Amino acid sequence: MTESWRRPHRLLLMAMGGLTVLFLVAPTLIVVPMGFSSSNILAFPPPGWSLEWYEQAFTSKAWTSGLVNSVQVAVVTAVVATILGTLAALGLTRGRFPGRGALNTVILSPLIVPTIIIAIGMFSLYVRWKITGSLLGLVVAHTALAVPFVVVTVSTSLRTMDRNLELAAQNLGADPVRTFRRITLPLVMPGVFAGALFAFLTSWDEVVTSIFLTTTKFRTLPVVMWEQVREVVDPSVAAVATLVLVVTTTVLALAFVVRRQAPVT
Amino acid sequence: MSGSQGAGSESATGLAPGRPALALRALTKRFGDVAAVDGVDLEVMPGEFITLLGPSGSGKTTTLRIIAGFTAQTSGTIDIDGLDMSNVPPYRRDVGMVFQNYALFPHMTAAENIAFPLEMRNAGKAEIKRRVAEALQLVQLPYHGDRYPRQLSGGQQQRIALARAIVFRPRLLLMDEPLGALDKKLRESLELEILHISRQVGATVVYVTHDQEEALVMSDRIAIFRDGRIEQAGTGEDLYDRPASLFVADFIGESNILRGRFTRDGTGGWLVREGWRGRISPAAMAGAGVEDGAAAALVVRPERLEVRSADEPDREGENSMAATIRDILFLGSLRKYELVLPTGEPLVVRSPIEPTSHRPGEAVRVAWAVERGVLVADPAA
Repeated sequence: MTESWRRPHRLLLMAMGGLTVLFLVAPTLIVVPMGFSSSNILAFPPPGWSLEWYEQAFTSKAWTSGLVNSVQVAVVTAVVATILGTLAALGLTRGRFPGRGALNTVILSPLIVPTIIIAIGMFSLYVRWKITGSLLGLVVAHTALAVPFVVVTVSTSLRTMDRNLELAAQNLGADPVRTFRRITLPLVMPGVFAGALFAFLTSWDEVVTSIFLTTTKFRTLPVVMWEQVREVVDPSVAAVATLVLVVTTTVLALAFVVRRQAPVT
Repeated sequence: MSGSQGAGSESATGLAPGRPALALRALTKRFGDVAAVDGVDLEVMPGEFITLLGPSGSGKTTTLRIIAGFTAQTSGTIDIDGLDMSNVPPYRRDVGMVFQNYALFPHMTAAENIAFPLEMRNAGKAEIKRRVAEALQLVQLPYHGDRYPRQLSGGQQQRIALARAIVFRPRLLLMDEPLGALDKKLRESLELEILHISRQVGATVVYVTHDQEEALVMSDRIAIFRDGRIEQAGTGEDLYDRPASLFVADFIGESNILRGRFTRDGTGGWLVREGWRGRISPAAMAGAGVEDGAAAALVVRPERLEVRSADEPDREGENSMAATIRDILFLGSLRKYELVLPTGEPLVVRSPIEPTSHRPGEAVRVAWAVERGVLVADPAA
């Protein structure tokens, strides 16, 4: 009885779920084949197949320097944001000081404030400080955007960790620094690592502030793609997009695996 | 594990001469308006096993955390081995602690856990290895060194935690309800094991529990906590036979409490109740400090009472009262009588198992030697 009633119900649910998934991944599914197109312009479906746009992607100066710049910025951002974010998370979860809640909100604000506003603000400052189009400038901007992700993942790890373990370490003779190094840090490492991966990704596909803060001399991959789509419109951008996608998916999968690793208790 | 000269038995009286291993003076901790610990004074002698016993919220755990340095006292001082530790951070106090949830480091093996305090003291590799092996031997887990905590049972984890807390020969060993998470049978065997190990290494132990049986079994001395203060401190026998208050009488063991009024006349002291009066021994009067005419209670332990036929005459030096048997329970090692007084109050008697002719519903007399009755003030009246 209930079975016959539930069957169409389930089918409808599955159909809606399937459509939603299709809607979410369709853009991706279109980009990938376009990169293998034999056509000279970005078009779907491709009239034929070729690898010439991948060759282009790996040889053209614009693409390769964009790739190198992007990797540099993302790696440095991940390192800096992870160190700052971990220390901030430690202070915010373990510390007791006035204004802690307010500070927490300020640190997490880049998650909420529209990126374009942050970009415009940074742009006006960077022009005055003359650090537009530099590795330093971009790392500072991306770090500000990435720190909240590290703070969130590390804070979660710190909160789920048994406080008695830190007390036990102190009781056994470890000062606060050794307690952090030997006990706290190893136990929140999955959170730190996941935070680092999210920080890398934040920088890796960041385009809004990067458009404002890069110059023709120093551009990251997403910025080059943005300009290519507007000016040249050849399928090499789809080839590059596919490569970006592969990196992003790999890092995300890694972060997922790390976070699923149950905190050892 | 040298230095085990049986210091525990020497100081069992609590009167061993010399410097105390721990001295708390006027220790107070306030959380806002509430005093969690309210002027605690306590001295613990070297090698002594003292238990802080009390209901939850009585301040015993806060006191322990203050001794460990995890919580700062509001006022008062802590001396450990004659050194003022009142403002010394926990990692320089040199006390070992066993936590209720063990607090073993999950990312380290049992052996690495035990080695941790030695590494913090910069001991040499060879010495660490030797002492870790000794400690594992001591807690009877010699082959479990390379297991991680999650691969050990609760009882094994607690033994490793104990090994970790004593391996560096701390000045004091603190234990915070270490058996609270274990089942009854395991608790009983671990109680004795902890006791033997701490005696063997000559440790001075401050043990926190809310379980009075555990306290009686393990302790040289027990300090009963109530509302942030020590209500009474003494050996288990002291507390059982000579409780200083109704609270202690009620908290330690089972008690018969006869409430009434204390009066004196030319022949001595009496506890007077509706339709009954009982003699108070001179020692009990001296100990209680209850004033003539004040509300008081006579406390008699169940095994001090004897059930007799109603027509049996009173004997010299005894108190007796009429009661009715409600139930007779055979408990294996003893027989338990549940009785009702004419006032409706319950009374409990524990007797050796000998053939009995008494039956439920029978009117009997219950008698006890006068000096077995303890007089305490009755603040509730």
